[in-house]
Amino acid sequence: MSAPPTRRVVSALLRKDLRVELRSFESMPAMALFSVTTFVLFHFGLQKDSLSGELASGVLWVTLLFAAVLGINRLFVADAEQGGFDGFLLSPADRNALLFAKALALLAYLVVLELVAVPAFALLLLGPPIGQALPGLLAVLALADIGVAVIGTLVGALAVRTRARDLLGPLLSLPMLVPVVLGAALATKPLFATPAGTLPLRWLAVLALYDLVFALIAFALFEFLLED
Amino acid sequence: MAILAALELRGLTRRYGERLALADVTVTLAAGQTLAVLGPNGAGKTTLLRLLATLLRPHAGELRVLGHALPAESWAVRGRIGLLGHEPLLYRELTARENLDFHAALHGVAGARVEALLQTVGMERRADEPLRTLSRGMVARVAVCRALLHDPELLLLDEPRANLDPAASELIEPLIGRASGRTRVIVSHDPAGVLAEADLVLGLVRGRTHLLAAPDQLDPAALTELYR
Repeated sequence: MSAPPTRRVVSALLRKDLRVELRSFESMPAMALFSVTTFVLFHFGLQKDSLSGELASGVLWVTLLFAAVLGINRLFVADAEQGGFDGFLLSPADRNALLFAKALALLAYLVVLELVAVPAFALLLLGPPIGQALPGLLAVLALADIGVAVIGTLVGALAVRTRARDLLGPLLSLPMLVPVVLGAALATKPLFATPAGTLPLRWLAVLALYDLVFALIAFALFEFLLED
Repeated sequence: MAILAALELRGLTRRYGERLALADVTVTLAAGQTLAVLGPNGAGKTTLLRLLATLLRPHAGELRVLGHALPAESWAVRGRIGLLGHEPLLYRELTARENLDFHAALHGVAGARVEALLQTVGMERRADEPLRTLSRGMVARVAVCRALLHDPELLLLDEPRANLDPAASELIEPLIGRASGRTRVIVSHDPAGVLAEADLVLGLVRGRTHLLAAPDQLDPAALTELYR
């Protein structure tokens, strides 16, 4: 039997993941709630009504990173617990279809997270108005999200087949995501400054390069991670 | 004309860490025949099925499935094997139809096959209910559809009728029984039931071959000893 077209398999996997998430609500609500709660805690913990510049940028990106780790840890859990891995491995489908589909699913979770987290951050903590920073911030979010989605999928696939997946997920993903947070925070810093600066293209290029490198690494390693 | 061997195992060995799960198992089964695998809990029966399904790699010995050496040529037999084990390999949050459509996409099978199988197992009226709301017997029927969607040449069955009532067993008999004409490996704890449909019986104890014979040449004492 010949393998089905990868595009069709990716679409089926993605549809399945989004359906399972929309019916179980195991990842997205936890990620969104975590981010809003963290902003509230920063609001009281820092004893400041508003943040700007590097502090605002750092608080936003560290919070988004930890919220993303919640999603990374849950990304493959339904597959591992309900036999989805075996079902997929028994099929002749291209193994990298799972990488693409899971990365796209995580990307979707991150977009939903940011639709909640960014307005909440602007409301609770950000000093300068978000409007002028928004176009640049969207570009940084897009590049950072791609990096988090690729690295998260790679780490999620590795961690979920171990007994210590709840520990291994953050332990592996956080160090690998430090350059993403660093690049994103430095790119966002001038956008949150008063007066607002311009978007530093150098850091956008660093993020894009990091995304590309990890996309290639994931493409090369993913099939190996799925094997016994 | 020589009978084509569907399965050829020579000195097949598999370990989990230091523990031998399967040791030096040698069996040859012709296409269209049925191998019954018997043995107490922990004998290595499920490990054998997972090796044949390409889900595990052997640590020693030779393994040929449907004429292809595993694991090197696993890609050539995936999609030609149907596995029906203890786990249904279905998502609880999805309906029966959604689960089967998903697996049909993984195997490149047309949607019409899903509808035909749902009708055959008498699940067409409950096909749009989430799996978590169905009884174990109904889930087992959907799992039979999942295992047969791609019309596999080799069926790997682990207690296939465990959760089915007599009526459901009768419904699935043409699909997984001898009349299906498929090569079958059946794992069972019920020797009386499985011997009637076997061409060859393999008895395992702690991963080692305890008996290997045609049903009519079996030593009853050896069979009794298998479970002591």
